[in-house]
Amino acid sequence: MRGKVWKYGNNIDTDVIIPARYLNDPDPKALASHCMCDIDEGFAGAVEAGDIMVGGWNFGCGSSREHAPVAIQASGVSCVIAASFARIFYRNAINIGFPILECPEAAEAIKAGDIVSVDTNTGVITDETTGESFQAKPFPEFIQNIIAKGGLLSYLKEK
Amino acid sequence: MGMTMTQKILAAHAGLPEVKAGDLIEAKLDVVLGNDVTTPVAIEVFEKAGFNKVYDKESIVIALDHYTPCKDIKSAELCVTAREFAKKQGIKHLYDVGEVGIEHALLPEKGLVGPGDCIIGADSHTCTYGALGAFSTGVGSTDMAAGMASGLNWFKVPPAIKVNLTGKFRPNVSGKDVILHLIGMIGVDGALYKSLEFTGEGVAELSMDDRFTIANMAIEAGGKNGIFPVDEKTLEYIKGRLNREPKIYEADPDAEYESVVEINLSELKPTVAMPHLPSNTKTADEVAGLPIQQVVIGSCTNGRMQDMRIAADILRGNKVADGVRCIVIPATQQIYLDCLEEGIIKDFIESGCAVSAPTCGPCLGGHMGVMADGERAVSTTNRNFIGRMGHTGSEVILASPAVAAASAIAGCIAVPK
Repeated sequence: MRGKVWKYGNNIDTDVIIPARYLNDPDPKALASHCMCDIDEGFAGAVEAGDIMVGGWNFGCGSSREHAPVAIQASGVSCVIAASFARIFYRNAINIGFPILECPEAAEAIKAGDIVSVDTNTGVITDETTGESFQAKPFPEFIQNIIAKGGLLSYLKEK
Repeated sequence: MGMTMTQKILAAHAGLPEVKAGDLIEAKLDVVLGNDVTTPVAIEVFEKAGFNKVYDKESIVIALDHYTPCKDIKSAELCVTAREFAKKQGIKHLYDVGEVGIEHALLPEKGLVGPGDCIIGADSHTCTYGALGAFSTGVGSTDMAAGMASGLNWFKVPPAIKVNLTGKFRPNVSGKDVILHLIGMIGVDGALYKSLEFTGEGVAELSMDDRFTIANMAIEAGGKNGIFPVDEKTLEYIKGRLNREPKIYEADPDAEYESVVEINLSELKPTVAMPHLPSNTKTADEVAGLPIQQVVIGSCTNGRMQDMRIAADILRGNKVADGVRCIVIPATQQIYLDCLEEGIIKDFIESGCAVSAPTCGPCLGGHMGVMADGERAVSTTNRNFIGRMGHTGSEVILASPAVAAASAIAGCIAVPK
């Protein structure tokens, strides 16, 4: 994975990732068209396939709406890197097979607009703009299996 | 090493003699819950994965409470999806308009959740049922789909923070002030991935409605769950509601806690959370006088009978200030009926409040009280994020029913006398 970085701060809640007023249409493309609009009006129009979102501490806090990781994924973002994730967002991302990486050092150092590449197998994050690289926390094996199967339901179905 | 109350419930549901923090387990679920926003997504995931039959039609609860009575065509279509699925699958507990209440007030009231249960709900405030001594946590739609398909889900066993309560409330202080104070102390991620286990002699001072309010907002501190010990008040509450024997768990004396937080109820003052985080707390007297345009009294946090009575006692014989809209939403039909019988609805209407059928509506900026740019509300709800109740330029101040009612009369943040 390799893309341009969209950088946000701490406590990015699911209400700003996808405001509740748009939850009446759960179509991923519709959700993507409003993604981040309450804090970054330009995001949905300018994000390109493969781009990477970087947030601070407690990314995805608040409502349990799975629409939040779905909206980010459907907007073309290839993965989210954050210092930490709120627990329901963390579960939801894993369950839908959307890569997320927890790495406080990367979340702090990477700047908006940097070109970053990510190896989700090794957890190595490289900021190509600055040349710095970081090691994200690896997922437990059980969770790696869910991601590898493409999400929780596919995992269950195979079991 | 002993187990916390949460760990004991998880161990029992995983069929294990013992679990410890960090263990990944698969646990049997007693209840799987969804609402009109999250259930349609779960249904799509469930069907797309090729499942055609739910694991247990008795243990699934679908409450159409968020955008109902439907606010627009798309919301109506979401409800159609949920209704048709429930009918096709023979799901016993579908609550629709006329019967539905706000889910986290409704399930305990109907006796669908009880002590010792392991519960997931595709709604973040599912942690409310910890008030009854259950392990209960919010999840997403795919987790709900997995629960519907298998009656199981995976959990990482959480470490715990012990919250030791002592003392007795002063007048006009309630459960909301406890939880806002706690979130102010530990922050919106202070309990991230952890259990908040409430204990101490102060627990006995709390009504069940106070405990529901406190457990409800555990998620606002990032918590996986909040949980209270089962005592006489719990048993009194479930009597005549729960149609099965409760399972009572207690933390081991040598249970391990990551930290202990002490809260003396006697020292608490009416507390509010200023925009735009629930942890941005002040005592109400510090910010008294700040003008407001709207008051909301209701929600899964504070729409219960005690909340209605507290608000009515303050509003009775007074008028809502000019330029303020005060919206009151009893959380369930039963609470609404009890309010009618006690004359409380009359008090609300005579003081100039609008009273609505149960809905989550304004709490998430859905309907029934959406705000314009520059407007400010005092609300008994649970989140004050940017744009939560409408325009991104509007503001929500979280408060107790007492502070909300006093503020409605004053036209600004006010401390109840």
